[in-house]
Amino acid sequence: MLYFSKLRIISVLAITLFISYFTVSNFLNFDDEFNSKNIKLGLDLQGGSYLLLEIDNQPVITQKLQSKLLEFKNFFNDQDILVRNFNIINNEIIFETEKDKIPSIINLLDDDKSEINPYFPKFKSHEFIFKNEENVFSLSLSDYGLVVLKSASLDQAIEIVRRRVDEIGTNEPNILKRGSDRILVELPGLEDPGRIKSLLGKTANLSFQFIVQNDEESFGTEKLKFEDGSEESIVSKRIILSGDNLIDAKPQMNSQTNETVVSFSLDRVGAKKFGKATSTGVGKRLAIILDGKIISAPVIREPIVGGSGQISGNFTFQTATDLALLLRSGALPAPLSIIEERTVGPDLGQDSIDAGIMSLIIGFVLVVLFMIIKYKVFGVIANLALIANLFLLVGILTIFEATLTLPGIAGIILTVGMAVDANVLIYERIREEIISEKNPIIAFDSGYSKSKTTILDANITTLIAAFILFFMGSGPVKGFSVTLGVGILTTLFSVYFIARLITSFYVIKNKEKGQLI
Amino acid sequence: MKNISFNKFYKPFNIISLLLIISSIALLVFKGLNYGIDFKGGTLIELRTESNTNISLIRDSFNQMNLGDVSIKKFGNDRDFVVKFEKQNSNDPKFIETIKNNLSNSLQNFDFRRVENVGPKVSDELLRSGVIAICLSLAAMLLYIWIRFEWQFSLGAIIALFHDVIITLGFFSLFSLEINLSIVAAVLTIVGYSMNDTVVIFDRVRENLKKFSDIKIYDLTNLSINETLSRTLITSITTLLALLAIFIFGGEILKGFSLAMILGVIFGTYSSIYIANPILVFLNVSQKTIIKEDKN
Repeated sequence: MLYFSKLRIISVLAITLFISYFTVSNFLNFDDEFNSKNIKLGLDLQGGSYLLLEIDNQPVITQKLQSKLLEFKNFFNDQDILVRNFNIINNEIIFETEKDKIPSIINLLDDDKSEINPYFPKFKSHEFIFKNEENVFSLSLSDYGLVVLKSASLDQAIEIVRRRVDEIGTNEPNILKRGSDRILVELPGLEDPGRIKSLLGKTANLSFQFIVQNDEESFGTEKLKFEDGSEESIVSKRIILSGDNLIDAKPQMNSQTNETVVSFSLDRVGAKKFGKATSTGVGKRLAIILDGKIISAPVIREPIVGGSGQISGNFTFQTATDLALLLRSGALPAPLSIIEERTVGPDLGQDSIDAGIMSLIIGFVLVVLFMIIKYKVFGVIANLALIANLFLLVGILTIFEATLTLPGIAGIILTVGMAVDANVLIYERIREEIISEKNPIIAFDSGYSKSKTTILDANITTLIAAFILFFMGSGPVKGFSVTLGVGILTTLFSVYFIARLITSFYVIKNKEKGQLI
Repeated sequence: MKNISFNKFYKPFNIISLLLIISSIALLVFKGLNYGIDFKGGTLIELRTESNTNISLIRDSFNQMNLGDVSIKKFGNDRDFVVKFEKQNSNDPKFIETIKNNLSNSLQNFDFRRVENVGPKVSDELLRSGVIAICLSLAAMLLYIWIRFEWQFSLGAIIALFHDVIITLGFFSLFSLEINLSIVAAVLTIVGYSMNDTVVIFDRVRENLKKFSDIKIYDLTNLSINETLSRTLITSITTLLALLAIFIFGGEILKGFSLAMILGVIFGTYSSIYIANPILVFLNVSQKTIIKEDKN
């Protein structure tokens, strides 16, 4: 165990130096990509906001069912099959038919080549599953149909969230999918998440609808409240224009009224629709509706044909800016709610870093002193391995650009405490061996080989714990499992290559001396 | 090598451990654990005032805000406080701002250093995954040691593990210390550490079983404990030194974590000697146990 070939010595040194280089590079400034790798600090150390959003997909499902209902209606009409009493109850589309039409409907729905109910061979599933009791059919989304719908809505929501976060311009936001209906937003350096929360909490469905008198509309009407809660109005369900047709929006000062407004411009289709509606509707009130609430309802004095307009509504500059931002970034497919929030101020983060480094230094010094007192020369060797171990650990974290958290620093300190274990096991074993074996080289050799399985066993158990923590843990705790796990690997390397290399040099040189250890 | 008769104290310590386990379980059942907002849901605010502030001033101010049951504790010194309450309303973007404004009526110059808001759904999930993680790690340890050793050894190691985890949790229950995500991490690490310690002694027991056919297991465990004693002590000491550094200098956030680890290391070291080994004696492990196993 004490013999090292030249090649081995060189490769141990090369690996150690290569990885340690990245530890050092953390503290230096480089411009190129290779050298400028740095350990990322977690939000608990650099300060910032962590938000977990959950999407409420019910509106998306309802919308899907409504549009599918129309599709079914038209489809069966085209096939000359009599269907009636369409309805949606508990996320199921229900309709009735004549008794003699049942087999042909089943045929149309159950066919692998069905146009109306697509079949996905890969998942062995139709988009909709159906049941029929006598002449009543009920259809609901299949598991796969639901997954497709949810994942599309999540993708869309992530895109909108990203646009809104980017508009605010925080540095390096991190936006990630979590499961089938969650979005994780990490905003480093953000101290007050109030504004971003209010921006993400809005669906931002914009529509223009006419205000009407009682029930004069063929499209149906709905009663909506004004944003400020002052009054209610009856609004036609006909949507003149929706936010989809918007291409730009910005806050502006109206020079005539001295009021802050949001000015918007429309795409070609939108401009055409808007022009037509406003020319027929001169004298009517046009309600501007955001998320089911009327922002304002100005009277149309003349047709608006240029494809641009203004929204007024008692805005401050801030609220106008936010509304413009929401309109520019587009509507969310479904409302989001914030189910978890963690915000750390930058000075607390810095305090944590200071405390972490302080305890690392003190823990390190205590362990190093203890080892020197206990093992003298071999304590120094174990300490050299410990230093190399720290360089390797931080270097590997840097190479993989891992995120360092406060528990992560605790993991490094714990590694310092536990890393000497392997060397202690070896030295204690050598002390036992040396009693019966006079040749120190043989005694050292068998000390190393006899303690090997024990050391492996002992480290594998901790590695198992770290693995489980990595897969089950979240946030900062995950950082702990990473440093703990990587720490075990670097410990084994530093003990079996670095410490053993130095030990072998020392023992071979001093084999004539009496009591070595 | 020292020669201490650990085996003479197997019985009294086993009785003490049994009593500790029973009282820990009783505590866990009747008193329960003091879950932090990670597992209970709610809001946590860490605030710092510019100068030393009387805690009752802050308490009065929060009590007027209609937030339900509010708990306020000093956090390391007279300027830092941690406020916790069950109400969480993260969908109201002004929730925290309103609290800040209300507080500024009675308090000047303060700063929210940390705000955490965990909804009930998330806290339920975190609790579940924490429990699953601990159970999984115990199962994984059991599996590993089962592969590496004979069943008598696995039983001893697992009982020692349970002993450490339950007594550590019992301690947290007794002193109403907060259980949060980092405590789960600590418990998992304790599981790893305790196992590590036990495995080192067991490796030696097995080695000695092969070597000496004439020594009874009662004395053989004692011999093995003594042979590995200085390693056991040194590793515990260096680990405790590192943990003490975290406990004293690592700031308030890591206090609970490092305390749990310190307890775990002490109990882990103790249980490797006084729980795992007596079980080998109780199961009457002998040379035959491992030789039979080798033939298979």
